[in-house]
Amino acid sequence: MKIDHSQPLEYSTEQNKMNILGFWIFLGAEIMLFATLFTSYFVYEDRIGSGPAGAEIFGITPVLFETFILLTSSFTIGLAIHAMRIQRTKAMLVFLGITLLLGAAFLGIEIYEFTHYYHVGATLQTSAFTAILLTTLGTHGAHVTFGLFWGLFIILQIRKRGLTPETANKSFIFSLYWHFLDVVWIFIFSFVYLKGMM
Amino acid sequence: MEFFDRFAVPHPSPLIYASMVAIGLTVMAIILGITYFKKWGYLWREWLTTVDHKRIGIMYIISALLMLFRGGADAVMMRLQTSVPDNAFLDAQHYNEVFTTHGVVMIFFMAMAFVIGLMNFVVPLQIGARDVAFPRLNAISFWLYFAGAMLFNISFVIGGSPDAGWTNYYPLASTDFSTSVGVNYYNWALQISGIGTLMTGINFIVTILKMRAPGMKLMKMPMFTWSALITNIIIVFAFPVLTIALLMGTFDRQFGTNFFTSVNGGMDMMWANLFWVWGHPEVYILILPAFGIYSEIISTFSRRNLYGYNSMVSSMAIISLLSFLVWVHHFFTMGHGALTNSIFSITTMAIAVPTGIKIFNWLLTMWKGKITFTVPMLYSVAFIPLFTIGGVTGVMLAMASADYQYHNTMFLVAHFHNVIIPGVVFAMLAGLTYWWPKMFGFMLNERIGKWAFWNLAIGFCLAFFPMYITGLDGQARRMYTYSEATGFGPLNMLSFLGAGIMAIGFVLIVYNVYYSFRHAPRNVGDDPWNARTLEWATHNPVPEYNFAITPQVDSSQAFWDSKKHGYQLFKDDLKDIHMPNNSGLPIIMAGLFFIFGFSFVFFIWAGVILSGIGILACMAYRSFEKDDGYHIPVKEVKETEEKFGGAKK
Repeated sequence: MKIDHSQPLEYSTEQNKMNILGFWIFLGAEIMLFATLFTSYFVYEDRIGSGPAGAEIFGITPVLFETFILLTSSFTIGLAIHAMRIQRTKAMLVFLGITLLLGAAFLGIEIYEFTHYYHVGATLQTSAFTAILLTTLGTHGAHVTFGLFWGLFIILQIRKRGLTPETANKSFIFSLYWHFLDVVWIFIFSFVYLKGMM
Repeated sequence: MEFFDRFAVPHPSPLIYASMVAIGLTVMAIILGITYFKKWGYLWREWLTTVDHKRIGIMYIISALLMLFRGGADAVMMRLQTSVPDNAFLDAQHYNEVFTTHGVVMIFFMAMAFVIGLMNFVVPLQIGARDVAFPRLNAISFWLYFAGAMLFNISFVIGGSPDAGWTNYYPLASTDFSTSVGVNYYNWALQISGIGTLMTGINFIVTILKMRAPGMKLMKMPMFTWSALITNIIIVFAFPVLTIALLMGTFDRQFGTNFFTSVNGGMDMMWANLFWVWGHPEVYILILPAFGIYSEIISTFSRRNLYGYNSMVSSMAIISLLSFLVWVHHFFTMGHGALTNSIFSITTMAIAVPTGIKIFNWLLTMWKGKITFTVPMLYSVAFIPLFTIGGVTGVMLAMASADYQYHNTMFLVAHFHNVIIPGVVFAMLAGLTYWWPKMFGFMLNERIGKWAFWNLAIGFCLAFFPMYITGLDGQARRMYTYSEATGFGPLNMLSFLGAGIMAIGFVLIVYNVYYSFRHAPRNVGDDPWNARTLEWATHNPVPEYNFAITPQVDSSQAFWDSKKHGYQLFKDDLKDIHMPNNSGLPIIMAGLFFIFGFSFVFFIWAGVILSGIGILACMAYRSFEKDDGYHIPVKEVKETEEKFGGAKK
């Protein structure tokens, strides 16, 4: 395996470069996936049948907490990658750990939010609106859940193997994924919650 | 419902019972055969765990041919049923299932697999690469496709086939009207193989962008590689839409949501929109690689450089863009306004322009060329007029107001078969014949190949041209029978005869494989067609590492230059070659996906949870696995090269 030392570790081999490009293309596909969900959401937004409308069930407090927590986690994973670039493995692991804890907190609040919807009678079966709402939020939440496991595995691998071209590459790609989920959340915050509450 | 009742076929008939027996016997014969010849070890080591793009390509093509015969049997049954008025060979329900599975199998499991199989085999060779960018992912793609295909194919003996058409429109596909588990099969089989296709898309974009031989600029790539690049870009942007649509359909059918119902805010036409936002680009996912194959073949057998390289590339790019802007033309009659219909009518007709440019480029490539009519060339030459007829009727269908007359008639059926058979199927058969010596080291017999071609071409015209007429006369598609008074009888009989002739053509192709395997000479050389692109610059059949020395390129036809103008392709010396390791993980993971899909179809939650955990465990295993591949030492490379008649210089 040829290692090019003039490049950052995560870009240092041909395979690493291809992995990163491949993941960007995958994110392109993910954008289409969420774009389809958002489009469907806009179509179904007012088709509430006999169920509640968004304004009746959305609560600003949990949503704001979720937003701040997830945005902070995007900041901390940025710091983790920065620490990786300057070879501070320990700091990197700490920031990765904080990122995952914030992710878990986000998920906890989202689960609380879902039980709240259930109690006010907005379930998957209630109307087309509630179905697309829960599907869109759920798809994002499933991505975060998957990310928690993925990130945990990367932490374990860095602890065992140190910062190698492979682990650096995986960490960098994971950070792309995490930032992407944050971007999706910003869209959800703006076009689902804010639009729904206004 | 009782547990075991769920697995019973809802509309059994003697044909289905016969199929059950046939499936059971075939599976037993295969297992016994492999055991008797002690081939399990060979099969596992060399094929089931392979990550070699050439073998994966061949496995795709074998699966595609199997599916071609499955879908072809459906087709013949349909033509037989409608060959005479008031026929009682199939009842309405059975006919519904047959045309549904015919469409799904032919599009997803035959055409897609054939296209991806040829891409797998040819693209890395054409760009002078060792393999694709992510060989392991490539194996996962194939096995996911295969798991999806098998899941779909067991539907008709366990639980019942889907019966709502390959477009699966709601509310017909909802649990109210499709009560068996058939549509669940549709959702999960397509979901699983769709994930595989998406991964293929990513894999090939990276391969083509990052792994081209030194000197091969984008605008010096062979045309088939260009078509593969554009096709894969369409795949990456189109397939996620299908993923969501299928997910919503699954939720509707299995969790009682109201996406596509008519109550509580549901909207059934939403399915049609989402389906065709994916579905129309899908049409171009199939036809663009076919265009690429024709470009290679026509230029090779006209002994001329491809005419209008730049316009070929830009017209494919324009087609790929427009393909996302035309989906509404599939349901002009839905009831949206005149403005919407006009816009989509115009975008649809606009596609005829870049396609027309390509047709003229092929004709001008042949102009003043020294044409040799080999089997691949025959398919390509027949494609041009036949596809043009299909294109013209496509423009007729694109006129929104006139479409109210054609909509859902046999005219439409004639049109899309007219573009898919001479377009895609002919291209796949031409490509298979053309690259056959590269795959297996011997050529297919030309004489039998020509017989097969004429059967297919004539059979096609007989089978589908009458449908234009019956369609204009008002014969609806998907009707299992019609009365004698309609007068559709004779023309439908003609269609049936055409289908029979086509069937003979396909049987001849199989016979040709057998005959050539037995009798064809093995010393055909590395470049039997006197071709122009890089895949012919290596040995026949191709060694596992493709090129012992990475070729260097300075024009769009470097191999031709090396033959005619003494250009030196291989400038380096032999070195150790780095290769990826085989892995059993892809097939195991796909097996788990199969169980996951099957369990979900039948609401077996324990199976869903266990196999779901298994899938995640496979991914976790892959994450922790350390796999740096292995090196073939230079000595071994030298020996292999000498066995093939000396290293290429």
